[in-house]
Amino acid sequence: MRTDRDGPPPGRASACAALLAACLAGQAAAQSITAVSYGGSYQKASTEAWFEPFAAATGIRVDVEDFNGALAQIRAQVEVGAVHWDVVDLNASEVTLACDEGLLEYIDPEMLPPGPDGTPAEEDFIAGTLSDCGVGGVVWSTIYAYDANRFPGARPETIADFFDLEKFPGRRGMRRVPMVNLEFALMADGVPAEDVYAVLDTPEGLDRAFDKLDTIKDQVVWWEAGAQPPQMLADGEVVMSTAYNGRIFNAQVLEGQPFVIVWDGQLLDINQLAIVAGTRRLDEALRLVSFASTAEALAALGRRISYGPARESAAPLITTHLETGIEMGPHLPTHPLNLARALRRDWSWWVDHQDEMNERFSAWLAR
Amino acid sequence: MSERRGRRVAGVGPGYRERLRALGLVLPLLIFLGVTFLAPLGTMLLRSVYDPVVADALPATLTALRAWDGEGLPPEAAYEAAAREIGTAREARTLGQVASRANRIESGLRGVLTRTARDLREVTEGPWREAMTAIDSAWVDPGTWHAIRAAGERFTARHYLNAVDMRRLADGSVARQPEERRIYLPLLWRTLLVSLAITVFCLILGYPIAHLIAHAKPGRAGLLLALVLVPFWTSLLVRTTSWIVLLQTQGVVNDLLVAIGLVGDDGRLSMVYNMTGTLVAMTHVLLPFMVLPLYSVMRSIPPLHMRAAASMGATPAQAFRRVYWPQTLPGVGAGSLLVFILAIGYYITPALVGGSSGQLISNMVAYHMQTSLNWGLAAALGALLLVGVLVLYLLYDRLIGVERMSLGS
Repeated sequence: MRTDRDGPPPGRASACAALLAACLAGQAAAQSITAVSYGGSYQKASTEAWFEPFAAATGIRVDVEDFNGALAQIRAQVEVGAVHWDVVDLNASEVTLACDEGLLEYIDPEMLPPGPDGTPAEEDFIAGTLSDCGVGGVVWSTIYAYDANRFPGARPETIADFFDLEKFPGRRGMRRVPMVNLEFALMADGVPAEDVYAVLDTPEGLDRAFDKLDTIKDQVVWWEAGAQPPQMLADGEVVMSTAYNGRIFNAQVLEGQPFVIVWDGQLLDINQLAIVAGTRRLDEALRLVSFASTAEALAALGRRISYGPARESAAPLITTHLETGIEMGPHLPTHPLNLARALRRDWSWWVDHQDEMNERFSAWLAR
Repeated sequence: MSERRGRRVAGVGPGYRERLRALGLVLPLLIFLGVTFLAPLGTMLLRSVYDPVVADALPATLTALRAWDGEGLPPEAAYEAAAREIGTAREARTLGQVASRANRIESGLRGVLTRTARDLREVTEGPWREAMTAIDSAWVDPGTWHAIRAAGERFTARHYLNAVDMRRLADGSVARQPEERRIYLPLLWRTLLVSLAITVFCLILGYPIAHLIAHAKPGRAGLLLALVLVPFWTSLLVRTTSWIVLLQTQGVVNDLLVAIGLVGDDGRLSMVYNMTGTLVAMTHVLLPFMVLPLYSVMRSIPPLHMRAAASMGATPAQAFRRVYWPQTLPGVGAGSLLVFILAIGYYITPALVGGSSGQLISNMVAYHMQTSLNWGLAAALGALLLVGVLVLYLLYDRLIGVERMSLGS
């Protein structure tokens, strides 16, 4: 009796259920999620390597959008409660900051797919590429590069050579931010890679880094966008420049520029996939993240753009560059030969100190 | 009282209804303005003085700290409250926000707080001072507690102090930032000077152009106007990059100068990645905003006026100064304000072509909005710019009169 009164008549219930099912089915058919990444060739590569195969495998369409203010946009969406970005590709320090601010979902590493030989994900990912909110994607690096035609005799080989105006005169390109430059300065001043952040953490160490930068300050052309260094090298505006390794690779391989990368002292960085907090498509987003973090998917990306994979098991799968057929290995920051003297960016230190460093760097620039 | 008001409303019935109808017509605009302009502006300004995150997350700690005189270390009660609340905040996922705010006052505190919260999970009982100090020695530094107390202020002038290169010391007094961290005032100053210089250059270049177009034959005027407008419609980045191609040391202008022998090959001029580059590129980018209002005002000046002045014996210079120039002032004012206000907010062009001088105050606003997520400071810097522009506007009103400003008739 009670159930009769409380529940709707059976006929209507089943009609509702049928309608609901139809609705859900309709929704499933039109399912789509939004992935956001840096534009340009990286976005093109990730679309081909991750998003399109994911859509083909699952039927979930992936709309790709560009960053334009990155963290600010994520924060605005989360605070207003109108989240329309689902999966975002950020660098590790951005992930740390956004995760702290509660802008990203936690991702349990246990749900990530194991390696091809069954190694659990947590062991397969390179140490430091997994965090509370981020799943490692690519390892890229900031290096410096020069135009081979400009140095017919001796060529720059070490990070110290970048700061050596006597041996290699000419203007240098550097990005107008404290990050990377402070590390390069200390390494050029003889600090071993593993001690860089310990030295930078002391006031004397910081002074030492700025003193080293002072020695080349009037020869530096400051750049802002990643596309600038290869252009400045090609135009002869600078004789050598710090740059993102992928940009130089493109110039070397696709445009045939005679640029040479100096891997000594390279600064490694990680990009991670993360999920915006409060997304209504959490399940689909998690599926995309685990799809993109398989060894095969990471290798597919590595065959399109010269960024190393965050998983050990993906490295051997990266054979040749899909577009030109050249061997990719020596062009990846993670290749053993290139790792001889590499520094891994301590993004935690940077999140702690970025405001202070930024102010000090700006004041130093204006001096 | 209410009866009387009711009668009055009834008494002015038709007029009242008309006014209501008029209000109804502009209501969409008012709502639009409120939603898209005033509300966001208000909330951003509020952020510059109001931040409840730390006060909400660590209430007991802040209460315990209120009993502390600021000398030496706070009492054990503060340690106990902090230990408990840091743990709760960690579980509630608000610790990161607390930590990032404390970190803005004392660099490194973000790490200290997250580390402490993580390691405290294994500690179940006091004494808490020893337990926390064992995790990080920052807990026996009074500076840490001063920073937490400062971050706990719900309403704070901190962001405004920060925006004018000041800070509050542990004893509550206000002092200037250490010299190597003073950047906002110099940048603000530089931004104003650069914008002013660009406005002057635009006026010097734009005035003759506008005059030429306004008094040319219709066909030629159309062509000249198109020459002004085509760059106006071209992407900002394309125009900026073109200036790099033209001005760089191996660029077109330098090649030309070397070819005609004006400068030697080793004496090529640096015209980009410095202040020159910023001024040249920004003047070019903003020039149409000066030419267009000038042009429309000049068109409305009858040529008869100048002829009349000449017929009364004025020299061309006198006629220009006493007859023509005063009539163009509304356009000069409108164009200058437009260019100046746009220049103050531009940052992409100076960032790309300005080299070490390419950093303006808007870059810092963008940095704090996008990278450091310190929206409070970004809002404070924005508010200072807003005040600067308003002051200039009022000054303009006093000197020339806003009602005389014209974008054309």
